[in-house]
Order: sequence, then structure tokens, then C-alpha cells
Amino acid sequence: MRKPKFGVVVFPGSNCDHDAFYALHKVLDYDVNFLWHKNTDLKESDVVILPGGFSYGDYLRTGAIARFSPIMNSVVDFANNGGYVLGICNGFQILLEAGLLPGALLQNISLKFICKDVYLSIENYESNFTKGIKDKTALNLPIAHGDGNYFTDENTLKEMEENNQIILRYASKDGKVSNEFNPNGSIKNIAGIINKNGNVLGMMPHPERSCNPVLAKTDGSLIFNALVNNILN
Amino acid sequence: MYRAKVLIKRRPSILDPQGKAVEIGAKHLGLTNIKNTRIGKYIEFDVDIADKTEAEKEVSNYCHKLLANPIMEDYEFTLSEWTQSENEEK
Repeated sequence: MRKPKFGVVVFPGSNCDHDAFYALHKVLDYDVNFLWHKNTDLKESDVVILPGGFSYGDYLRTGAIARFSPIMNSVVDFANNGGYVLGICNGFQILLEAGLLPGALLQNISLKFICKDVYLSIENYESNFTKGIKDKTALNLPIAHGDGNYFTDENTLKEMEENNQIILRYASKDGKVSNEFNPNGSIKNIAGIINKNGNVLGMMPHPERSCNPVLAKTDGSLIFNALVNNILN
Repeated sequence: MYRAKVLIKRRPSILDPQGKAVEIGAKHLGLTNIKNTRIGKYIEFDVDIADKTEAEKEVSNYCHKLLANPIMEDYEFTLSEWTQSENEEK
């Protein structure tokens, strides 16, 4: 199997770009390039990562200005042609603003920035981001956000449920989804969704912060490795 | 040239936790008659177009595509003839 190539976009204000690079290259041994927001070249990436952070200072709304970066024109074309795109945290917010995923992320209902580990139930094991993940009742990943309260209208929600687009929901350690485990007020505990074609995933939790065994938690690598196995094998 | 004044509000169906938190402050101040606080945004800018209909189109575009997110926000705006006195501080 050839080594997959990841591209990590760097916006002004990205701050998880180096975490993503470290996890994918140093820990998981994949090829990784940084993609500067002013460029349009995706450097033959198999997967484009939009990392976490505060692109453009989160001015106006999270992700609202980043979506107009030159690199985003290439990312939108790439996604529309079936290319794999993963938006993490601020990256998820950018995907929503760019229209690659439905809905919006509002301020956390508590008004607090929340930084803690959560458990996530995998709601769809057929997507290329999750297929092959075994023996997991719930993924243990960190969240770190102020605007993670997912919202969409009822019709869109129904359509997403029918198409199995909801991939991750906030849950208990045993994978039980209930309001008690909802950290931010997201509608139906939604933590991660894919587009209809299944090639774009947006998620608030940070898989790149949970890859190195030295840090004791490695559930994030399950998502990256599943994606690589599913698209390159 | 016109002066545009844009008001962006969270759609009525969407909870505004910030407004709620601010209202708790009002209660602490003893202002017990304050209800339904909702926080929005106010944005001003100039539009360098002579024709008013064209200027309105430009502002609508700006609001719809960037200033507001129609999924969660509504917007309204007014356009007024640009005057020196109103903009003196610049």
C-alpha cells in the first residue's frame, strides 16, 4: 500500500495545524504537507484537513471569512469531485460556512468555552471515516470550543438522519446518547456529520489530539486509520 | 454614494444564550421589568454606487453572502444619502 498524502490547511489563526501534522506524520507515519491559505495548490493530497483554531480571529462568525480564502476554492472543487475532506472544530465551522455541510454552529448553550474529554457514539459504521472501527462502544476524544452548538432546521435534520449523515453523537462511556452527555446544546447531541456523498466529515472533537500512545489515549487514530484503509485499499 | 446601516438579528426560533446571560445582569441591577433580551449586530459602511437600486442589490449580496448567516440570522438594512456632516469624524 502506498503512503497516503494528507494536506493540512493553514489559515491565519489556525492553532491545531501543527498538532494535525504531528499526529499524522510523526505518530501515524503518513505523508503530510501544509497548505497555505493564500495558495490554491492542494499538493496532490488524498485527504485535506481543515484544522482547529480561530481563523481570522473568528471575526463576524466562526469560519465566515476563512471560507473566502483562495485555498478554499480548491478545497470546494476537490470535495465536489469526491476528494476527502476532514474539518475539525474550526475546520467544521468553515465547512458549514462554505456550504460543504448543512447547518450552523452556535455559541455553546452555557456560554462557556469547554475543554474536556468526551465520549462519542459512532452512529454510522458504513462511512469511509468509520468503517472497520471495531470493539468500540464509544470513542474517547477531547473537545475544546466555544461555538460547538450544532443547529439545523427540522427538514434538514430529517434528511440527514435518513441518509445516515450523522456520524458522531455525544454519549456516555457505554455509548448511550442522552441529554445528560450533551456538553454544548447541540441538537440531537450531534458532534460530527458527513455530506450526502460521504466524502466530507465535519466534527467538533479533536482526533489529532488523541493519537500518540505516550499521551495514553489513541482513539483519534482510529478515524485517520479507518479513512486511509478505506480509501487506499 | 450611500451610507448603509445593517441590523443582524438571531432568528426568533433560535435561542440566544448571550441575551439570557445579560438579562441575569439586569436582574442583579434590580431592573426586574426587562424581558426577552436578544443580542444582535449593527454594521455600518459606505456603498460607492450612484443608483439606489443597484446599491441595494450590492448591500443585499453583502448581507446574504457574508455579514449574516441565513441559517441562524435575519438581517435588515437602510440606505441613506452620504453626507459630509454625518461622517465628519472620519
